[in-house]
Amino acid sequence: MENKKMGWKELPDADSMSAGTSTEFKTGDWRSQRPVFHKENCIHCLRCWVMCPDVSIIVKDGKVMGYDYDHCKGCGICASECPINKKVEFEKDKCAITMADEKEFQK
Amino acid sequence: MATLKELAKKPEYFTNGHRGCAGCGAAIVARHVLMATDGNVVVANATGCLEVFSTIFPFTAWNVPFIHNAFENAAATISGVEACYQSLKAQKRYDKEVKFIAFGGDGGTYDIGLQALSGAMERGHDMLYVCYDNGAYMNTGIQRSSATPKGANTTTAPAGKVEQGKTQKRKDFTAILVAHHIPYVAQAVVGDWADLTRKVEKALSIKGPTFINVFQPCRLGWGYEPSRTIEMGRLAKETCFWPVFEVENGVYKLNYNPKDRKKPITEFLKPQSRFKHLFKEENKPLLEEIQKDVDQEWQRMLKICEAT
Repeated sequence: MENKKMGWKELPDADSMSAGTSTEFKTGDWRSQRPVFHKENCIHCLRCWVMCPDVSIIVKDGKVMGYDYDHCKGCGICASECPINKKVEFEKDKCAITMADEKEFQK
Repeated sequence: MATLKELAKKPEYFTNGHRGCAGCGAAIVARHVLMATDGNVVVANATGCLEVFSTIFPFTAWNVPFIHNAFENAAATISGVEACYQSLKAQKRYDKEVKFIAFGGDGGTYDIGLQALSGAMERGHDMLYVCYDNGAYMNTGIQRSSATPKGANTTTAPAGKVEQGKTQKRKDFTAILVAHHIPYVAQAVVGDWADLTRKVEKALSIKGPTFINVFQPCRLGWGYEPSRTIEMGRLAKETCFWPVFEVENGVYKLNYNPKDRKKPITEFLKPQSRFKHLFKEENKPLLEEIQKDVDQEWQRMLKICEAT
């Protein structure tokens, strides 16, 4: 997850550029909290996907597949908006999304 | 209206990797607005948070044609592009259906971009202007704007011994746009994707200038937990601080009415550190005044909806 800065020789010539290139820039290392997806509890309502400001929830054929940890900034909107989490009142074993300390994954 | 499963099949027109804060509301606004389109849109953006964090050279988060010109002229820029498109179409040199959307923050819309926006709306260009209103100049360091609510602590209207944050009321900007007699004006909020995407679809289906004012919580300037962005938007709606309505050809229609479940304004103010000073014992009268203002505005809103 390294973002190499471009030198003046590599930078594009004019102000017109191709679209949607920011996805090449990884923002995952901003994260201090990591959302963890528990597939067995998910009902695939896609509320987390629609509310994510960083388009970091991977959806395939209408089903949540997990997280794009290269871009997720760990804001935690997904966990706080998840209707399952609200229903089980954030009881850890029954949640569909839990937030964990990012440090534990960096060891 | 499309369901979430249908929306998820569309390509992302606003991609990840932008440099917005964790839990940024402006990114959610951009995503939801573009989600409601078919991708055949040209976007112009006023200077502001959204423009700065989404287009850091040499990257861009926009998967659609995007123009940034200056702070004050997003509406003028997009109206020029639209006029060019209409001309090419009349000359039969171009035949694709294209929609035009301009984004501006509250600084670029309420204050700096007002005359360009007013002009574009009056000339009747076929365009949609989306204002993401977060209530201050968040990009440059949280300076007060005319959208900043009364009592909010900002860097240019700080809360201290003499003043308790901004002393003036915020401007009712949506009413100014209604006064332009354009076909469609609406107010929406971050957190209600169904309402916002429906409004965008409706606005784009109407020929002529349209305007949507989206209330957008800003985790940096407001000072709340990043995970609560959606909740804050919802609270603004539920406390009636930000009425959610639409005006079609001068006819007001309320989209959300809590009736007797209207929450006290303190529920919206409490999680935000910019209103921290209002909860001191000596500022109680100010807090009551803010509640009174909200109630008054809400009653006025109900009356207007009834009258039209």
